[in-house]
Amino acid sequence: MPIHEKSLIRPENLSTHDNLVIDGVDVSGDFSTFIRSRVVTDYNEDLQDEIAAMPGGEYIHRCWQCGSCTNSCTVNAENPDFNPRYWIYLIRMGMESELLRDKDIIWQCVSCNKCTSACPRDVVPEGVMKATAHWLEMKGHTPKSNSLIFDEIFTDQVVEYGRIEDGRVLMEFMKKTDQPLLQDWLVDLVKKLVSGLPLKALSKMGWSTLFHPKTSDWSKARDALREHIAEEKAKQHAALGMDPAE
Amino acid sequence: MQDNRKERYKTVAYYPGCALEGTGQPYDISTRAVGKKLGLKLEEVKDWNCCGAMEVKNIDLEVQTYLSSRVMSQAVHKNKAEVVMAPCNGCYHNLKKAEYDLSHKEKSKATVEKISAKAGHEAYHPGEIETIHALDWIKFGYGEEELKAKIKGGLKGLKVANYYGCMYTRPRHIFPEKGHGGDSESFKDPHYMDDLLAIAGAENVEFPLKTACCGGAHTLSDSDMSTKLVLNILEAAEAAGAEVIATECPTCHSGLEMHQIRALKKLSKDTKVKVVYFTQLLGLAMGLSPRKVGLHANVSQSIPLLKAKGIA
Ligand code: SF4
Ligand code: SF4
Repeated sequence: MPIHEKSLIRPENLSTHDNLVIDGVDVSGDFSTFIRSRVVTDYNEDLQDEIAAMPGGEYIHRCWQCGSCTNSCTVNAENPDFNPRYWIYLIRMGMESELLRDKDIIWQCVSCNKCTSACPRDVVPEGVMKATAHWLEMKGHTPKSNSLIFDEIFTDQVVEYGRIEDGRVLMEFMKKTDQPLLQDWLVDLVKKLVSGLPLKALSKMGWSTLFHPKTSDWSKARDALREHIAEEKAKQHAALGMDPAE
Repeated sequence: MQDNRKERYKTVAYYPGCALEGTGQPYDISTRAVGKKLGLKLEEVKDWNCCGAMEVKNIDLEVQTYLSSRVMSQAVHKNKAEVVMAPCNGCYHNLKKAEYDLSHKEKSKATVEKISAKAGHEAYHPGEIETIHALDWIKFGYGEEELKAKIKGGLKGLKVANYYGCMYTRPRHIFPEKGHGGDSESFKDPHYMDDLLAIAGAENVEFPLKTACCGGAHTLSDSDMSTKLVLNILEAAEAAGAEVIATECPTCHSGLEMHQIRALKKLSKDTKVKVVYFTQLLGLAMGLSPRKVGLHANVSQSIPLLKAKGIA
């Protein structure tokens, strides 16, 4: 395993001394900025198993840390702190508190699957990113991300009707995430849509809620899917040591 | 299978998916119009459902596999089809992925069988149907030589950047037919859309971000990142000299249109390149009117440019 490459020289790990003499030598100032010694004792031995129990995380154990995922990653190119290989390493080592330092950006994976295509060990890092984001939310480390809220609204509608309608998903998402529907760029977008084809454009964006696409004969599938999702959720809760009924 | 594609793709089960019914309507309109013009038949999958798009897998992987497998089951058992054609990259990707998972993962197979039984329909078994993209359908179902003969006005003088998006080629293990050289599609450097539009007379530009991601998964939940990723694509297309970007996915297409506007509003980055479905360009090249290919329903207003070039 490669060495945990992030520096431990962080503000909270430093102790600065103005007047420090050791063996007759004054080592004050910048030179004598010491890093507090640290023995890792706060690891969570179950971390890898917990992530593996979330959808997408099941192959994390295969990772051999080659770095191909991070090297190819779309989000990493925009933000070097977004580092799938590093997070997989921390999870496999059980270094939960280190992982939590990056908890607010892990959900940003755009599912482009470059990592999954590049990975020589079939880890499906894209799935691991989603699994980790889920884990963070289920454990209460992060509030539900907008991304997860979107996934939930979308999935609920598919399970309910068999199909979705873009406008309805959009409106419910904006409502649930407290975002104004009338953001300037959205308004501009709608104006352009409307200028092209007034009535059709309006109804297709779902500003009228008359159009509800449905798959007929869906009720039995709906029940079966609900039952399956509930069973899986209970299993995930159990794997995280939480009350399955939560 | 490879040899009689012309015959096999003549009539296919058509899976438009939710996007082509919604914001991707111009893609649906132009795909149907082009098919009609070429004498290729589309029979909509009976009583289809959503494939799970990019969202359901994050809630439950097997539910996504079930949803896609039901579409294929419908096409096999209700349409009696041998081939299902999905113009949306997301749908195409998910059907292919379900095919892969059902033949490689016991859990997926068992879950799909369980849910299908409860839902009261035949479970899908891998190998029962072939899933293709609209690009395969036109390239092999109609044939390139025949297409050359059909092209009327042509796209002469139009500089096009062909944009395929990420789901059309990735991850590669779910596309066993890609990357074999010859006339197979490449997962690194896809060229089917380039091939078709070149026949239609377009001047394809060297476009390095063909398979870059547009951030479609987070188009609303992480708009800043999506705008950045889209802007990279638009700017690369312009740097390559393109006047239009040709798309073959409704999610990419809407993403490019939306974030082009957002980039202007939020970052004052103005990009001029127009976003058009490849089927719209093909339709125009074959002499269909802008209205027939749904050009007026695009957000990106390409009609003036195409008119000025004598294409629309
Ligand atoms: S799927 Fe996510 S982690 Fe993988 S390359 Fe794309 S953005 Fe990065
Ligand atoms: S590419 Fe695969 S094996 Fe390599 S570091 Fe990433 S997940 Fe691990």
